[in-house]
Amino acid sequence: MAIEVRIPTILRTYTDGAKAVEGSGGSLTALLDDLESRHNGLRGRLVTDEGALHRFVNVYVNDEDVRFLGGLETPLKDGDSVTVLPAVAGGAAQTGTAGGA
Amino acid sequence: MLSLPREMVDRVVAHARRDHPDEACGVIAGRDGVATRVVEMDNAERSPTFYRFDAKEQLRVWREMDDADEVPLVIYHSHTATEAHPSRTDISLASEPDAHYLLVSTRAETDEVRSFRIVDGVVTEEPLEITARPGMQGSPGPVD
Repeated sequence: MAIEVRIPTILRTYTDGAKAVEGSGGSLTALLDDLESRHNGLRGRLVTDEGALHRFVNVYVNDEDVRFLGGLETPLKDGDSVTVLPAVAGGAAQTGTAGGA
Repeated sequence: MLSLPREMVDRVVAHARRDHPDEACGVIAGRDGVATRVVEMDNAERSPTFYRFDAKEQLRVWREMDDADEVPLVIYHSHTATEAHPSRTDISLASEPDAHYLLVSTRAETDEVRSFRIVDGVVTEEPLEITARPGMQGSPGPVD
């Protein structure tokens, strides 16, 4: 069972530079656990300590934003394609809506 | 250094002016370090102090660039009441270490356009060279 996961430039330090890796799992969270076993640290860049998807990371399953599917519980099957893209965001805000540290 | 044809800089500034007082944002695609086209993006936040690319639109545009062997050469956005310099928010959310971050301030009538690198939380300003000609085929040259 293989699911292709496309990795953005900024996270390729976790994949030895690979643009795409393969993993398996019946849900997005299971897939991330599987990837973590080979790409240590990757999961922590996508999921918060509280177990939610990071606000400024976009994850798509077959080109659909998982926020509109089932989030981390989005079911996956063999042949699905997962794409990770960091959100492009910022702005002059020093307080309020900005989620940065 | 970032080198851009005048017409692309003009287009970015025009976008920023049009969306003022909200922040405008977009990307300039490039190939081998040369800018190929400006892609205006929706600011999903529609805010005077924050911007975020629409997630669906971002995926589509990133795919188009991939298919055309392009990269996001420049990420641009505007500040509407402050200087054209990356804010703490810009720095903490910068996610394209290979891109040039172009900032436009629309706080005054005079255009303020500056270019930066943002890598691992470190901001480095770089010279912005504005060239007279687009230097690419199929694009109408400037008339000025």
